[in-house]
Amino acid sequence: MINPPVLTPRSRHSGPKSTNLRPPLSPRDVKKLRVGELVKINGQIVTARDRAYVRALELLRAGKRLPLDLRGAVIYHCGPIVRKTPRSWQILSAGPTTSARLDRMQAEFTKRTGVRALIGKGGIDEEVAVELARLSCVYLAFTGGAAVLAAQAIKKVERVLWQDLGAAEALWVLQVRDFGPLVVAIDTKGNNLYLHKKQ
Amino acid sequence: MLTEAKFRAAIVEMLCRAETKLPKEVVMALKQGKIREQNLVAKLQFDCMLKNLELARKLGVPICQDTGTFTFFIRLGSELKLNFDLKKVLDKAVAQATREVPLRANIVDPFTRKNTGTNVGIGQPSVHLELVPGKNLLVDLLVKGAGAENWSRFFMLKPADGERAIERAVLLTLVEAGGQPCPPTIVGVGVGGSAEITPTLAKRALLRPLDRPNPDRRLAKLERRIMQAANGLDIGPMGLGGRTTVLGVHVEKAACHTASLPVAVALQCWAARRARARLINGRLHVEVPR
Repeated sequence: MINPPVLTPRSRHSGPKSTNLRPPLSPRDVKKLRVGELVKINGQIVTARDRAYVRALELLRAGKRLPLDLRGAVIYHCGPIVRKTPRSWQILSAGPTTSARLDRMQAEFTKRTGVRALIGKGGIDEEVAVELARLSCVYLAFTGGAAVLAAQAIKKVERVLWQDLGAAEALWVLQVRDFGPLVVAIDTKGNNLYLHKKQ
Repeated sequence: MLTEAKFRAAIVEMLCRAETKLPKEVVMALKQGKIREQNLVAKLQFDCMLKNLELARKLGVPICQDTGTFTFFIRLGSELKLNFDLKKVLDKAVAQATREVPLRANIVDPFTRKNTGTNVGIGQPSVHLELVPGKNLLVDLLVKGAGAENWSRFFMLKPADGERAIERAVLLTLVEAGGQPCPPTIVGVGVGGSAEITPTLAKRALLRPLDRPNPDRRLAKLERRIMQAANGLDIGPMGLGGRTTVLGVHVEKAACHTASLPVAVALQCWAARRARARLINGRLHVEVPR
């Protein structure tokens, strides 16, 4: 049973304190995080979901390299709504998608790429969560459906890879500012906020 | 006279409004949920939802990037004359809204997974047509994302097991789904009917406003009981724990075979998007959301 975080007298006035993360992240950066803590991200995040996971694993299993280095990266489970602008792209709406759809691939993907944090919604399978803890990768929950709020924190599209998979499934390399609030929902000690529901 | 152009424009407006703002009573329910929660993480989820709703309304962009699939429930007066192909115009309106709002293209072939790019495909958008007496026209639109849709369930229960079994089936669905359907959800429950009727009942139940309990007292009581039990599951907003797992439970019934008790559960995420338009003096007015 996990104790819900409590409001301290100070945080009641200044809003909850959140840890700032700047990718790429080291194992030490994420091992400090505990469930219930709030986090925001400044720097680069990369979107990936179903089809990108499949392609990444195909490449890595065949001994090939990915078009970008994901060691220490923060992966965002998201398929955004985008609009093409003359020089780049505008992200209009970009909330998290259901992470559990990737359960079957998640541990292998994390192991082979070396990503340190996943942002998603709804949580992941209990056993996969244990694997991730072992690999020093945390799971950060962003409010599902809060897609405009997320888009506001995206400052720039650095590049987009694998566009042939469609806009929702492509890898969007994004620059974000104060991306959050994210809740540490699964930490590297094996604590899991999603397990706290009664059976 | 309702022209094709006017009808199409009204449907595009319905889609646009449904995707960018929620009905008033849903926003109220989210605000009440926030007050009820005691832990910081649960309160924070509501804060993000409410802030997101404000932004989406202000900027006129979709609340959620999963702009979902569309189900139209149409009550058409059998004496009303339409000089256009209703289905074709609905398809055109969906494709137009997809380009203009814009919406995410979600509709794919189930085997090849190839995206049509327009949100129109075989059987999509889904249209349920009911003929009613007179010259009225009422169009209801339900927008559903995959997160919630993927947790739809259908049960064939034993008639002898009764209401307790219905309650158990709903709670089982909610526990299994956990945070994935983006709780707090609205729970549509179809009871009775048969394998093709019950899931539609459950979905149609999601159109009913949250502040309107079932007029049938027995069903209203069942709705209250399931809601109370569901909110005791501690799944909470986004599955992170808390007192608000559902915003409402809506039960609808149809008659069924004496040897059957079919039950369907349809979940709608907290971004409970819907719209309604009514024909008044030859014009289709969008009434919800405002």
